Formats: sequence, C-alpha cells, structure tokens
Amino acid sequence: MYIVEMQKVTKIFGELVANDHVDFQLRKGEIHALLGENGAGKTTLMRILYGLYQQTTGDIFINGEKVTINSPKDAIRKGVGMVTQHFALVPPMTVAENVVLGYTDSFVLDQAAIEKKVGEAADQFSLDINPKSIVRHLSVGQRQRVEILKALYRNAKVLILDEPTAVLVPQEVDSLFETLNRLRKDGLSVIFISHKLDEVTKITDRVTVLRDGKSIGTVDTVNVTQKQLAAMMVGRDTFGVTRQTEINPDNKKILEVEGLCALDDKGLPALKNLKLSIRSGEILGIAGVGGNGQKELAEILSGVKSPTSGVIKINDKNLVGKDPSEFSKMGMGRIPEDRHEGVVGDLTVYENLALEHLDEYSKNGFLDKQAIRKNAEELIKNFQIKAKPSDKIRTLSGGNMQKVLLARVLSRQPEVVIAPQPTRGLDVGATEYVRQQLLEQRSRGAAVMLISEDLDEILSISDRIVVIYEGEIVGTINAQDATPEKLGLMMSGALREET
Amino acid sequence: MENTEKPRWRLVKTDNPPFWVKPLIPVLALIGTFILTSVLILLADANPFDAYYYFLFAPLENKVSLLEILVKSTPLMITGVAVTYAFATGYYNIGAEGQLYAGAIAATGIGMAMHGIPAIVALPLMIIGGFVAGMVWALIPALLKVKLAVDEVVTTLLMNSIMAYIVSAILNGPWRDPNSGWPQSPDIAPTAVFFKLIPRSRLNFGFVLAIVLILILWIVMTRTSFGLKMRAVGLGKPAAKFAGIKVNRTILTAALISGGIAGIAGVAEVAGIHFHLIGEISPGYGYTGVIIATLGSLNAFGVGLAALFFGLVETGAQTLSRALGVPVYLGEVTQATMLLVALGMLLLQRYKLRRM
Repeated sequence: MYIVEMQKVTKIFGELVANDHVDFQLRKGEIHALLGENGAGKTTLMRILYGLYQQTTGDIFINGEKVTINSPKDAIRKGVGMVTQHFALVPPMTVAENVVLGYTDSFVLDQAAIEKKVGEAADQFSLDINPKSIVRHLSVGQRQRVEILKALYRNAKVLILDEPTAVLVPQEVDSLFETLNRLRKDGLSVIFISHKLDEVTKITDRVTVLRDGKSIGTVDTVNVTQKQLAAMMVGRDTFGVTRQTEINPDNKKILEVEGLCALDDKGLPALKNLKLSIRSGEILGIAGVGGNGQKELAEILSGVKSPTSGVIKINDKNLVGKDPSEFSKMGMGRIPEDRHEGVVGDLTVYENLALEHLDEYSKNGFLDKQAIRKNAEELIKNFQIKAKPSDKIRTLSGGNMQKVLLARVLSRQPEVVIAPQPTRGLDVGATEYVRQQLLEQRSRGAAVMLISEDLDEILSISDRIVVIYEGEIVGTINAQDATPEKLGLMMSGALREET
Repeated sequence: MENTEKPRWRLVKTDNPPFWVKPLIPVLALIGTFILTSVLILLADANPFDAYYYFLFAPLENKVSLLEILVKSTPLMITGVAVTYAFATGYYNIGAEGQLYAGAIAATGIGMAMHGIPAIVALPLMIIGGFVAGMVWALIPALLKVKLAVDEVVTTLLMNSIMAYIVSAILNGPWRDPNSGWPQSPDIAPTAVFFKLIPRSRLNFGFVLAIVLILILWIVMTRTSFGLKMRAVGLGKPAAKFAGIKVNRTILTAALISGGIAGIAGVAEVAGIHFHLIGEISPGYGYTGVIIATLGSLNAFGVGLAALFFGLVETGAQTLSRALGVPVYLGEVTQATMLLVALGMLLLQRYKLRRM
C-alpha cells in the first residue's frame, strides 16, 4: 500500500492542460523525485496534493483511503506538508512563533512553553535551529529548515519540497540532504520536485518524470543514468528542420559580451563572467532551465538592468551605462521577456507602437497623430496583427500582443535582436510566426539571440547553442552537433563542455 | 470522477465590460446614495424626496444659486486638474491642500505689493508666483519619491500639516492685519483682485482660469508626447521603462506641475473671493480635488463635470438646510457616501457575475 497515491489526476486551467491523467505513487520512507522541465506540471500536481488547487478529474488516496483535499488545512490534517519555493514565514517573529502560528490550541500564547515545545521538536528531528531566533536574521537555508520543522511539527508524514535547492548555496544543499536522509530513516516520505539531475540521482530512491503534463514513467534511481533521465525529461527527437545555409565565418561579429557579471533581485550572483558573441546573420540559442540567469541576461541586454561588471558592445561601441532608449538607438532590438510588462495594457495599439520612438512621432511636443496612426496601420498589415489601431492592447490575444512587440522592434531593422522566451504561452500558429520572423532577421543579416527554455525551439532555428547553468556558460555547441540528450545533460549541470 | 466544489455565484474579472455599463454608473451611484442617505434624512425628520429636490434641483432653478454653483466649483476644478496630473502618472499627490496654501501665501505676498501697479502686470505675476510656490512645496516629497522611493502618500499628506502651521505663524506674526481682531493678512491691492465676470455676483476671473486649466489638461493628456509619457508611466511603469521613457523624470515633472496648479487654486481663492489670507481659505479643496480627479476618471471633462456636481451638492446642502431645517452637514455626508458608492461601482464594473 502506498502512503500517497494519485490516480489519473487531470488539471485544466482554461485551455491549458497542466496535468493530463497523471499517476503517482509514493512509498512510505522514500525520497521520490518529481522531475521535469519548467511547465511540465510538477508543481501543479503537488499543489493539488497540498490542497492549493483542486483537480479537474482524478482521485487521491492517502494510506489507501480516498480523500478530498480542499485546502492546505485539509492536507495538513491528513499528514501532508509542503515547503513552497516562496517561504510563508513572518520575518519579525521568532522561529517558535512561526512554527506554532495557526496551530495553537489555547487563546493565550505562553512564549516560554512554545519555545520549549518547538525546541524539543527541533531536537527530535535533529534540525539545528534556535527557537528564539528572529526569522529575519536567518539565512535562506535556515529559513527553509524552519519551514520543514513547521511541517513536521504539524505531524506531516509526507513532505513536499518544491525545488528546495533553487534558493540554496552548495553547502546549504549538503546540509539539507543530510537532514532529508535522516528524516527518511525515521520513516518520513519526501517528494522532491527538481529539474537538476545531479541532485536527483544523489538523494532520491525513485524518480517520476513528467513531460508536458503527462507522466513519462517512474524508475528506481539506482537503475538509471543521468543521461537516461535527461532523455526522459526532454525526450523528443530533434525536429526535422532542414538546417539553413551555413553562416559565413567571415561575417562580422556584431554583438560582443565579455566578463558580464550581475546580481539577481535578491542580491545573489545571477551571471558569472559571461562571454559570448554573435555574428551578422547568426542565431545564437541560449539554452537552460529557467532561473539560471537568462532573465538577468535579457534585462541587461535590453538596458533595463545594469551589470555589476562587464562589457557589451555593438559594432565595437560599448553600451554599458546607457539607458534603454540609447540601447535601441544603437541598434539593439529589444523584445521584452514578459509580454505584459512590455506593453501598457490600457493604452491603444497605436500608442504602444509609438512609445519607443516618441521623439520621432511628435513635433514641438505635440503628437503627430496622423503619423502614429499611419505607422500603426502599416505595421498591423505587415505583421498580420489581428487588431484595430485604437484597440486597447490588453484586449489582444497573447500572440497578437507579441506581434505588436515584434513589429515595434523589427520594423526598425535593428542590428541585434534579443528574443527572450519569445514564444512562451503562444499557440502553434503564433509560435511558427515568431520563429519565422526571427529567421527572416537572420537572413537580413541581424545578429539574433534566442533565449529559450524550449529545446525544440533552440534546436530548430539556432546556428550555435550556448548552455547556461547557474549563471555560467557550461558549453557552446554548433547546432549540427547538438542532441536533446546532450543539451539536457548540460542544462542539468551534469556535463560541461568548453569549445 | 469527483467534483470537489459545488457551483455557486462568483465574481469573475472581465476585461471587456459591456458598453452600457459606464453611463449607468452615475445613475446607479445616485440611486445607491439616495437609498443610503435616506435613513439619515428620515432621522432628521425630513422627507427624502423633498430633500433631494432641494439638494439637486432647486439650486438650478434660480440665477443666484446657479452662479454660486460655478463659484463653488472653481477651486474644485483647479485642484481636480492638479491632482489628475499626478494621479495619471501614478504619483499619489495627497498634498494639493498644502500646495494650495503655498500658492495663496505667494498670491497674498505679491498682491499686497501691487499697489499702483496695473492689473495686466499684477494678475500674471500672482498666477506665476502661486504656481512656483505650489511647485516648491511639492518638490520635497517628489524628490524623496524619485530618489529614495519614499511613499508620497505619507509625505505629501504630512506636508499639509506643516503648511497649516506655517500659515498660522504668518497670520499671527508678520502679516497680521493690525486693523482686524482675527488672524488675517491685510488686503491685497485693488488691481490684484480678479475682476468679476458678472456684476454683483461672486463669479470672477478664477472661473475662467479653471476652465482654461481644464482645456490645457485635455490637450496635454491627449495631444502631447509628454501626456502620453505620463499615461504610459502611470498605467505600466515597467513597459514605459522598457520603451526608454525616463520614468523618474516624468514622475518628477508631473508632481511639480500638480503642485503648481494646486498653487493656482490658492491664488484664485485669495484674488477672487477673500482678497486677503486667512487660515480657512480652503475647507479641504485639496482633498476634495483627489475625489474629483478620481470620480472624473482622470479625464479633463470628467474632472470638470465632477467639480460642477460637487459645487451643486454644496450649494444644494445650504438650500436644503434653509428649506427643511436639517443640518448642513447632510451635504457632506452625501458627498462622502456618493464617493464611496461611485468608487465601489467603478471597481465592480470590472467584474461580472457568473455561476461556476
């Protein structure tokens, strides 16, 4: 009998099938990895188990008993605890207060008593935490321990960890793994959501692989290699796209990036000494699992974020320190990663199309409405945007919104095109359209950077592929030599290849 | 298969409210306000229908009170315009009250020095002086916001209290009129007084000024690249930044324009109504400006209409109070209720009811 069994669980959001008849079984006392790329449906499945979502169809059994889990409270009552990527802790409170918060039986809170109780619990589970510490003063690793303690204190028999190592430094990862090994010996069952192969093979007993919302299978960790897991995770044949003509190696290097370092929003290193260049007429694919520095790279190349050090050059002119409008004037064609942050939803299509070059569309401070409208009508026609110039952008579909953004950038014939996740969330037709546009930029002679988590996309249109892992380039391969397996291994940090 | 949730009525967000929703809002707001305030009117021993007649219709029936509506709406139009510049840019300037007084101080100072100087010189000087004074008073919170990300709602609000004490200090000290028992300044020069539009009424040049400011607001917002920049920053800061708009500079400029125009409201009150500085020049015009700008949906003509409506309600409250002997405060209660109901409606129009 399994401690948790999920049968044919399906979850549909609008038109998106996030989980498609997924079967999942968890044994008592095992660490079980849920492996998959971003968007494979791992977190959704676990949110269902934890009561944050309700499944559209399918059944959940705990200890063989069919259950309905309507809320995290239900889940906790049934012995399921979850540590999400974003901790739910109150920073100004002590560890003890955070642990008992929402789980006290008396009205009066006896500080000394709860500290004692939480301290005992910490000892019992060998978690090294001082119950009197203020959470604000704790490191990320320690906070995670508080979250684990919080779940165990509520008598969790099943612990779900959603990408627990994403926020940790390597030493903290080791200490987390020690903790998990101990807890496994005590009979705790752990579900470990991850996309990092080295960690999965190191700590887990079994692995269930999800891909595109479907379960690909469950294997014993000892019986598989990282390579096999990578194949299961990415698991597609390369697309039958005929390679375009080889690019001429004499083509001029247009974009050059050297020694680029940057911090993420939390102040942790996001990019480490990045060096790359793109030639005229070349598409450089940047492959990698989300959150490995791609966002920061795109923001820096768009001019909205400053690097801590490094050089960005277009045709030997340095761009570091310039503002976004100077970036675009110097030939950087910037497509925003988050479509909704790239357009002003409550402004019209024609206003959004003019926004980046207002100085050209105004005379003496007054808008040249005729020119703006004419520009909008032309771009709508040329880029097949299904909208009227006076429609508010937010009423457009994702694909059309993306076309507006492409139109705004590509109509300027920029020398460099930065396309971060350009097809994310788009339907098949719009995706094809965007890729076609990027290929046209290539034949026009632009240097194109395609940052994508979609390996098919990277493999089908790039000339050269750079793999990024934890803010570093772990390999550069020519597209002809690339296979999904090889890229999968590199993306999970299991293989490095300098060329 | 098990469905864990029974269908029930829920509010669902919708992007495209049907076209007939918007014009329905004022009507529904009025009906809602009527129902809510009727209880109070009944408690004051009056008939709600009679009360609303005196409130909303009687003032429109004779010339004197019609002109009074225009007089009362003048400062509200100006502060409404002032607040709109800031709010449209996403800068929540709650300090129009203090900025108004800054303008009033400047107007009084300049006005008192204008003896023997023709109106053609005096009036522009006062208006410019008031604009600059309002701008200066708006500068500190705006800089704090742009440079240090200090919440402008708090700082602009607190600047109002500081200004109240400065006015009080001036009126009890250097500018105290020796001929008056009250803390008030000496009168401004006769040439510095705004001329009357209609003899023997209080309606003056200030009303023209207000209309001009509304027209300028409309032109700036719809016709200029700066207006588009302000709206882009206000509606989508990340996108504006991405498109290369200098977000902080735009916010700073809008905040200063907002303060300057609030200062002009102070000029209009000194030069058009009181002719000297007193501590009670504004019964909260700056704060009402926030309401006007919000009710007017940050649209120039919306602001004008909202200000006229508030002028009507204020005039009506007096008519009502005289006719039925109910407290004049009912007018204020009604204004506040109407604001809450209208804001609720504006929020709800983005939702639809659906059973799921």
